[in-house]
Amino acid sequence: MRGRGKAQETLQACLKNGDFMVGVAILLSVFLVAIFSDWIAPYSYTEQLVGAKFSPPSAEFWFGTDELGRDVFSRVIAGTRITLWVAFIGATLELVLGVTIGLICGYFGKWVDRVFSFLTDLTWCIPGTILALAVVTLLGKGLTNSVIAISLVSWASYARPVRAKTMSLKNMAFVETGTAFGESSFSLMFRYILPNVVPSLIVMVSMSLPATILSTTTLSFLGLGSQAPSPDWGLALSNGITYIVKAPWLSIFPGIALVYTVLGFNLLGEGLRDILDPHMKAQ
Amino acid sequence: MAKMVELEKLEKHFKIPKSLFGTDSRVVRAVDQITFSIEEGEVVGLVGESGSGKTTLARVLLSLTKMTGGKAMIDGVDLSKATKSDLKKLRREIAVVFQDPASNLNPRQTVESSIMRPMVIHGVPRAAAKKKAREVLDMVKMDERYLDSFPHQLSGGQLQRIAIARALALSPKIMILDEPTSALDVSVQAQILNLLLDLQEEMRLTYLVITHDLNVIRYISDKIAVMYLGKLVEFGPTEEVTGHPKHPYTKGLMDAAPILDPRLRGRAKELMKGDPGSLIDIGTGCRFYARCKYASPECEKEDPKILSVGNGHQVACVHPLTSEP
Amino acid sequence: MKETLLSLEHLSIDYKVKGGYLSAVNDVNMDIREGEIFAVVGESGCGKSTVAHSIMRLLSGGNAKISGSIRFGGRELTACPEKEMEAIRGREIGMIFQNPLDSLNPVYTVGAQVSEAIMLDRVEKQEAMKRAIRLFQDVKMPDAEERAASFPHELSGGMRQRVMIAMMLSRDPRLLIADEPTTALDVTIEAQILEIIKELKETHNTAILLITHNFGLVAEAADKIAVMYAGEVVESGDVFEIFEAPMHPYTRLLMQALPRSTKREGRLQTIDGSVPRILDKKPGCRFANRCPCAEERCRNETPEETAVSETHRCRCFLVPPGQPSGRKGT
Repeated sequence: MRGRGKAQETLQACLKNGDFMVGVAILLSVFLVAIFSDWIAPYSYTEQLVGAKFSPPSAEFWFGTDELGRDVFSRVIAGTRITLWVAFIGATLELVLGVTIGLICGYFGKWVDRVFSFLTDLTWCIPGTILALAVVTLLGKGLTNSVIAISLVSWASYARPVRAKTMSLKNMAFVETGTAFGESSFSLMFRYILPNVVPSLIVMVSMSLPATILSTTTLSFLGLGSQAPSPDWGLALSNGITYIVKAPWLSIFPGIALVYTVLGFNLLGEGLRDILDPHMKAQ
Repeated sequence: MAKMVELEKLEKHFKIPKSLFGTDSRVVRAVDQITFSIEEGEVVGLVGESGSGKTTLARVLLSLTKMTGGKAMIDGVDLSKATKSDLKKLRREIAVVFQDPASNLNPRQTVESSIMRPMVIHGVPRAAAKKKAREVLDMVKMDERYLDSFPHQLSGGQLQRIAIARALALSPKIMILDEPTSALDVSVQAQILNLLLDLQEEMRLTYLVITHDLNVIRYISDKIAVMYLGKLVEFGPTEEVTGHPKHPYTKGLMDAAPILDPRLRGRAKELMKGDPGSLIDIGTGCRFYARCKYASPECEKEDPKILSVGNGHQVACVHPLTSEP
Repeated sequence: MKETLLSLEHLSIDYKVKGGYLSAVNDVNMDIREGEIFAVVGESGCGKSTVAHSIMRLLSGGNAKISGSIRFGGRELTACPEKEMEAIRGREIGMIFQNPLDSLNPVYTVGAQVSEAIMLDRVEKQEAMKRAIRLFQDVKMPDAEERAASFPHELSGGMRQRVMIAMMLSRDPRLLIADEPTTALDVTIEAQILEIIKELKETHNTAILLITHNFGLVAEAADKIAVMYAGEVVESGDVFEIFEAPMHPYTRLLMQALPRSTKREGRLQTIDGSVPRILDKKPGCRFANRCPCAEERCRNETPEETAVSETHRCRCFLVPPGQPSGRKGT
């Protein structure tokens, strides 16, 4: 009975939190656009309209057209799917890697911790983008590969806090009691410790997603991520740079879309942190 | 009566490395040469100041940490030579309740799944476990409606009852109670102490109660073990130890404990000076040497052995106190 | 008779919470004289700390509503401007807490922190340090000079509490509020700190308001006692009298709930139910729902504090004024 009371309280805290609500509204709009992109976009993102190259924004082409006569509005709309896909894959990979390693380090300690903590420190020593560049060169170009590369570089930002939290939870009486009545290490980690890390994880995910999206965009911008004719925003930005004076709309609109989405995740993260983890805010 | 727990020269030494890459390390003798035994159905109270090693001793008995020397027999199983199946048997037979009611239960599990968990691990079928969960909840005098509650919805006393219920789920023989009532209010403490005693008598459980509260330990225990900086300094029946303490430390502890009668305020008592200090790199000799007013040169040289002084009363002191002045 | 230093009259503190006003403290009356140890005892949530904090005006959050009067040395503290309050805090009323580590600055040595407090009275730096060391000796700090150069984390819990007491002593306050000063300490250290507090009363004539849940401390040190339950003082007066013959059913039950002997003498007394959360004051005794001797009237009318004897007051209908009931808590 009182459990529902707590859920209700959390819900009310959510409704009262401005950052959270604006973030949710932004992301909701992005999601809707991604789902209904086929209906919203007036043209296919590959359709080249003959004679309409570099037309500036107008009633017919809201965001103008590009050097091949493709409708920029339709391409930006189609790009939302790519961005959300990147966010999803990136978050999953980073979580799986970071949380598992963090849990293992914090739980087992000793040499296991030393080895993995050294790895974590190592990935933090090398600038992320450069490391990702190296990984992507190794794996080959492409969107998915570049997301994998980013995740391989940025899991450390999860591993560290998860490790710290695990170490403190491990000494809590309920974990000790669990050990005393014979719980296996696996169930202590995943049944006892992990559920208590989740609230701060949710916050961490929404805070680090923007970075993942931006890093992937960077790779696309550098030509290592999505390849033409993908409507990827990063690719569009890099493409638009060539014509920045002649047709600024080529880069402005994908840029705005990117900032809008990233802002949505950032606000959501800030809001969630205030709601779920007041302790982190104090720090 | 059968011996339930038998400790012989039990040791738990920790090594603290001096530096990150160095090989030399300092030794902390957290539990050192402890010898005593607990009979079946007996309540033994373990008292000592913080840093006396009482919790480390409990952790050794619970196989939460490995001992580094000596022998510990628990219900006929030698802890240092225990096989996997021995250990599994022991984990069923020894249950534990820790001090802090708020962290004793997994915050993300309902009361029911917390209580059922030990049974599920030890292969009790779900239906039987569900039934038993209700039984043990009834034993600790709690209503079934709390089964679906989460820990944050309950009071300290209720949480401690549930921790006791969970401890009972596997019908253990031994319960280790680490400061079970220290975090509770007086009236709730009384309820929990009564409950613990009722359960102990009904089921002939063996208790090892760890606490720093002398009034609680005198009330609940049959025998008292006093620890000081990792050493057992005195052990014996409650009346003997509280009535005729032989070790100067025990005497000091008794004198320091407040008495609930203002008329006894002016009683003769000696306050111990200083505090226990650190266990790191502790020298040979009696560990109470620096605070003891009876200390003589031989105390500094040699670690006193624990010797029997009759009536099942043992003391580790070169100059045991004779009788009450 | 010694002069009254602090007197609380009809002090009530209500917190605005969702669903009304939470009555944290209700109609509390206390008189604390110079050079006496006045203990406020009660279980968690009884409002004892709230009373202590309200005296220092340290109640957190702006949603506390205080009514009644707090008179200290002839001044009405509830009407004092904040500026004057700042001068009173530390100078005239000192306070020590359960966890001294929270009150000490981790980056300065304890000697520096105490001499800092002394320098507030325009004392030379070197002279201040000398006085600090003397204060450390006063609170029986072993190796006072050496310890003065230590940082808070290098000291044990008992020594940190000594530092706090020394720091309070440096300003020589007339009243020291000690909020659970020994709860985090071992019994042997607790006894030492208690001795220092008792000495303080003797040598400096300081009044001490001791907030605690531990009846043992009260029996060992206090002159007066006030037992609180659910925000109200249910019984107050001379320590000897109340320990000898507690009158209020709550005090009686609580004293019998304390383990004094061994289990052979029977089980401990318990009190059924739990402390109520008082929202929007209603008439009736706050202990009525748990009281084994409650009558109809206890639930419908609010008992007033009445004098049982000159030095003993009780808030219960069942205790007739002026004549002890003869029932003794054993």
